[in-house]
Amino acid sequence: MSMGDKMMSDYQALYDAVLTGDSRTARDTTAAAVAAGFEPLKLVQDYMMPAMDEVGRRFENNDYFVPELLLAARAMKASLEIVRPLLAAGGVEPAGKVVIGTVKGDLHDIGKNLVAAMLEGGGYEVIDLGVNADPEKFVTAVKQSNARIVAMSALLTTTMPAMKTTIEALKQGGVRDKVKIMIGGAPTSEKYAKEIGADGYSESAAAAVGLARSMI
Amino acid sequence: MKKYQRLCITNPDDLRFGIAPHPLTTRSGMTLGGGLVYPELNFTLPPMFVSEETMPDIRQQYLEMASGACRRAAELEAPGLVIEFETLPPMTENPSWGIELTRILLEEMASAEAKHGLKTVLRVTPNDTREMERPPRLKTGRYFECMMQTFEGCAAAGAELLSIESVGGKEIHDEALMMCDMRGVLFGLCVLGVRDMRFLWTQLGVIADKHGVYCAGDTACGFGNTAMVLAEQKMIPRVFAAVVRAISAVRTLVGYECGAVGPGKDCGYENPILKTITGFPMAMEGKTAACAHLSPLGNIAAATCDTWSNESVQNIKLLGGMAPRCYVEQLIYDCRVMNQALAGGRDEALLYRKWLVNSDAGLDPQAMVLTPENAVTLAQAIVAAPTPLEAGKAAGLAAVKLLSDAHRDGRLRLHPRELPWLDKIRAAIETVPVREAEFIDEMANTIDHSKIVLDDYLE
Repeated sequence: MSMGDKMMSDYQALYDAVLTGDSRTARDTTAAAVAAGFEPLKLVQDYMMPAMDEVGRRFENNDYFVPELLLAARAMKASLEIVRPLLAAGGVEPAGKVVIGTVKGDLHDIGKNLVAAMLEGGGYEVIDLGVNADPEKFVTAVKQSNARIVAMSALLTTTMPAMKTTIEALKQGGVRDKVKIMIGGAPTSEKYAKEIGADGYSESAAAAVGLARSMI
Repeated sequence: MKKYQRLCITNPDDLRFGIAPHPLTTRSGMTLGGGLVYPELNFTLPPMFVSEETMPDIRQQYLEMASGACRRAAELEAPGLVIEFETLPPMTENPSWGIELTRILLEEMASAEAKHGLKTVLRVTPNDTREMERPPRLKTGRYFECMMQTFEGCAAAGAELLSIESVGGKEIHDEALMMCDMRGVLFGLCVLGVRDMRFLWTQLGVIADKHGVYCAGDTACGFGNTAMVLAEQKMIPRVFAAVVRAISAVRTLVGYECGAVGPGKDCGYENPILKTITGFPMAMEGKTAACAHLSPLGNIAAATCDTWSNESVQNIKLLGGMAPRCYVEQLIYDCRVMNQALAGGRDEALLYRKWLVNSDAGLDPQAMVLTPENAVTLAQAIVAAPTPLEAGKAAGLAAVKLLSDAHRDGRLRLHPRELPWLDKIRAAIETVPVREAEFIDEMANTIDHSKIVLDDYLE
């Protein structure tokens, strides 16, 4: 096998490792690639991101369950931990920063956690506010992190109104025009997103990454 | 604390709707599990904030919901009506709100009895607001105090049935569901959850005794139903959710070991297993809970119910009228059919039960584990085990076996991508040590300690 063929085979192994959720192989292959002088950005764009896109596609097609999706996201994160400092040193920004939380009064977080994991797997830096997050918490987090996306989750119809309150708080905090806002959760909808002045609605964790990419 | 070592119901044919070996008679004279199935209506608010400012509107809404439901129940000559008041978190965080709304409901129910002769009973289900704090503090703190004040006040006001959907163990269990980690499931349900149940239901027993009301029961809603909803959304395998359901009965059982007497709460789809063990009446929900969530258990859930519930319906206007009124009608008609079958004698009741069971059982593993025969099998595995952890392992392995056998025999349809999970689940359960202390040590090294205060469970 030529050196070029070996390199391609190694990087296919990286793709496969992310796809199958093999964090150790993903990390090892990434480290080897970096050591061999492979461009970090190319690793992300040509191997890791396509692998996560395929993961998302398989999940949407019901070929993957959530554990496979999360393991893949973890493998991606393990690889990103190696390349991120190199990208930063080279002046390459992460895909973006996202502030995510379940809104005030709501304790449901499984969906929110899934979205956070997918966004991290998609190369985003995620600031997770947890559950029952006050509007002010969102405002503070945006100001402190310079996040460009705010993602809100609610699973109760009686807590959905807190999404609008949070958007109002972002306006009053002077940061509304600095962020794009996406919402999600069983009782929410595209229509509701428009009603409350959000920028987008995601009906699934996998779709959230695509939405985030379209936003910034 | 009572330890169940044998089954109250040993013959699957004796596990059927409307009949419980240990029925409960309410103050108004309804005997739950005494030969009739009663409708149990749960209603809630439409999308709105709950605050001091909105309380006048909220009071009016609860009054109207109860009034409308009672009126319709009387018009349809229902033998009685169970109303469940499941609070919203602000009503538990502000106990005076929950208590006041309880009084409003009781007054309206008393008025319905005076006007129409309608027998009623109120179940009150405060939120487990301990999880508002992360990590949750289970035995101390404002959330715990307010929760107990709400129980105390509602019981003092006259709510006869006390329930909750408690969350002890959920800190670990949620993560375990996401990763389909059966070890985490067993730890969350059968080590952590059972301990919190013991603590909580001992406290609730004191309140119930003081006010002459009943501890009705808890459910593994945040465990088994979370799994069910995730499976319904195709996020986790259905077989995984089915095994979680079987194991969840170990946790729910602790409420009865601490003195709860039923009717077990509606969202406990594991209730057939509990009824088999305890003989107490059980509320169930199925197709009529679609207003709150979807499930693969729409018909089979009714097969062993003593009250038939809708889980939760919002107070919104439908073409037929306000939704709670419409839903109480649906429940009453379902109960009429079941009561007609009961009136026809054992064979007719069993025939109707057979239709309810067989229409669902072969289509989803979560239904298959809840057939009367399998409920007895799982219940037997649980009571034969000396500890909750061993009971959980036994129930899990029994569930895997019965699902595998059903699939092999052509009685259960499983998608090919589900099949490898049966072996994975079995293998994971078999790695769990029998000694609880050893399991705790193993798990303590792997869990995220920022999410749980382990001392609240283990001390």
